[in-house]
Amino acid sequence: MLQTNLYHVETVEQFQELLQNNEKVAIVCGRMGPMCIPVYGVMESLASRYPDVQFRDMEFDSPVGRETIRALPETRNFNGLPFTVYFRNGRVVAATSSIQTKQQVKEILDRTMCGTTAGAQG
Amino acid sequence: MDARYDVIVIGAGAAGLTAGIYLARARMKTLVVDHGTIGGQMILTYSVANYPGVAEASGAEIVATMRRQAEGFGARVLGQADILRMDLSGPDKVVEVEDEGTFTAPAVILATGGVPRKLGIPSEDAFQGRGISYCATCDGDFFMDQDIVVIGGGNSAMEEAVSLTKYARTVTIIHEFDHFQAQPWAVEEARKNPKIRFLMEQDIREFAGDEHLEKVVVVHKRTGEVTAIPATGAFLFIGYVPNTAHLKGIVHLNERGEIPTDDLNRTNIPGVFAAGDARVKRYRQITTAVADGTIAALSAVDYVNERARQPAMPSRRQRFLKERRPVQA
Ligand SMILES: Cc1cc2nc3c(=O)[nH]c(=O)nc-3n(C[C@H](O)[C@H](O)[C@H](O)COP(=O)(O)OP(=O)(O)OC[C@H]3O[C@@H](n4cnc5c(N)ncnc54)[C@H](O)[C@@H]3O)c2cc1C
Repeated sequence: MLQTNLYHVETVEQFQELLQNNEKVAIVCGRMGPMCIPVYGVMESLASRYPDVQFRDMEFDSPVGRETIRALPETRNFNGLPFTVYFRNGRVVAATSSIQTKQQVKEILDRTMCGTTAGAQG
Repeated sequence: MDARYDVIVIGAGAAGLTAGIYLARARMKTLVVDHGTIGGQMILTYSVANYPGVAEASGAEIVATMRRQAEGFGARVLGQADILRMDLSGPDKVVEVEDEGTFTAPAVILATGGVPRKLGIPSEDAFQGRGISYCATCDGDFFMDQDIVVIGGGNSAMEEAVSLTKYARTVTIIHEFDHFQAQPWAVEEARKNPKIRFLMEQDIREFAGDEHLEKVVVVHKRTGEVTAIPATGAFLFIGYVPNTAHLKGIVHLNERGEIPTDDLNRTNIPGVFAAGDARVKRYRQITTAVADGTIAALSAVDYVNERARQPAMPSRRQRFLKERRPVQA
């Protein structure tokens, strides 16, 4: 279990419901490791600034991690934790591998989550 | 929200959190601000085995305790808080923090630490997380039975290369000089490992591949010979640089960007102190950062108390009126 202040996605059903019921979703899939902890912190700090985005985390080694985020074509070539995936209307609009700064995450959110249409894949 | 503090600490790594503990315990009203994750480099450390009094712990555990101590004594600790403006020149230092407001204090401690040194070639960013990594413990298992490289020649490079042999088929250590900076025991350990080979006096020219890293192109520094090394992973351990670019023109920096101080950790500006890896010093460790944070905090306490004892400086208007007053016969 990840020790963060984010809500966790723990089952495939939760993942599907989340994407079905929300337009904008960002999920950090990682472990409690040095490259992941800063990204959870960034997401926690941005939650109030982007109230319409659902920020979640997911255990990298759990079945839901393997069957959802890690199974996406967008993360196939990733080999740096965490995998962070941004969804809009159920579609992947950006995905990053490894540690990210608050500035980098803000840039992706502004590019892909603001406005009325989904942004380009990042 | 109260905007006036006795001391503002910039940076919440080992040095900044320690300063926070000492300041708050001395009943200084203390604000510790970090633009990133609380804990700094300690958060990036899986296991710390040389912090006296703690047998072995993860960096994150030590951070959690230090933060609890600082907050327990009354310090306010803010993470992920971007500093928009900093004016350290006058007697009242001003620090403006995004979404939080503008804060003032007679003293500031700069504890901004270091950031990993990058090679600075364009392909480095493109392959981050797609082959390039800065953390062997985090990402090593992605490279099971693959050929990878480790770039660097210090202790971290040697130790991490050895640890990566648990996963990789081969590990090639690429170094720019003809000798290592690492301690002899660390080099010896790497040399003994049959999976490790060495490429010396090489500059990295390019990381290449399609969707993920496939090869690392190096150039021999003396002969100019170009070699493409097949590798799906490249782990970079080429040291840290002081995180002081934003302090240029604000406080004196040496040619390496480090903050010079005296032995009380005072900088060239009255009321501004420095602590930790951002300072000029030879050994950068948690213990030395903690010691620096202690010294800077106690110096700042003396400075603030001394200032409080001095009669307030007359304002420009008061001085003007005083100078105009006719001399009594
Ligand atoms: C992978 C790794 C393993 C290590 N292992 C060990 C070990 O086993 N034992 C040991 O003793 N040492 C170890 N070290 C070294 C040790 O971690 C550092 O020397 C020490 O933590 C430095 O502390 P610091 O507070 O000076 O700086 P940092 O830890 O770098 O903290 C500085 C803080 O300032 C913040 N900051 C920077 N600029 C600004 C700004 N403009 N505004 C606001 N905040 C800012 C940063 O976000 C950061 O949180 C290791 C380092 C690394 C990277």
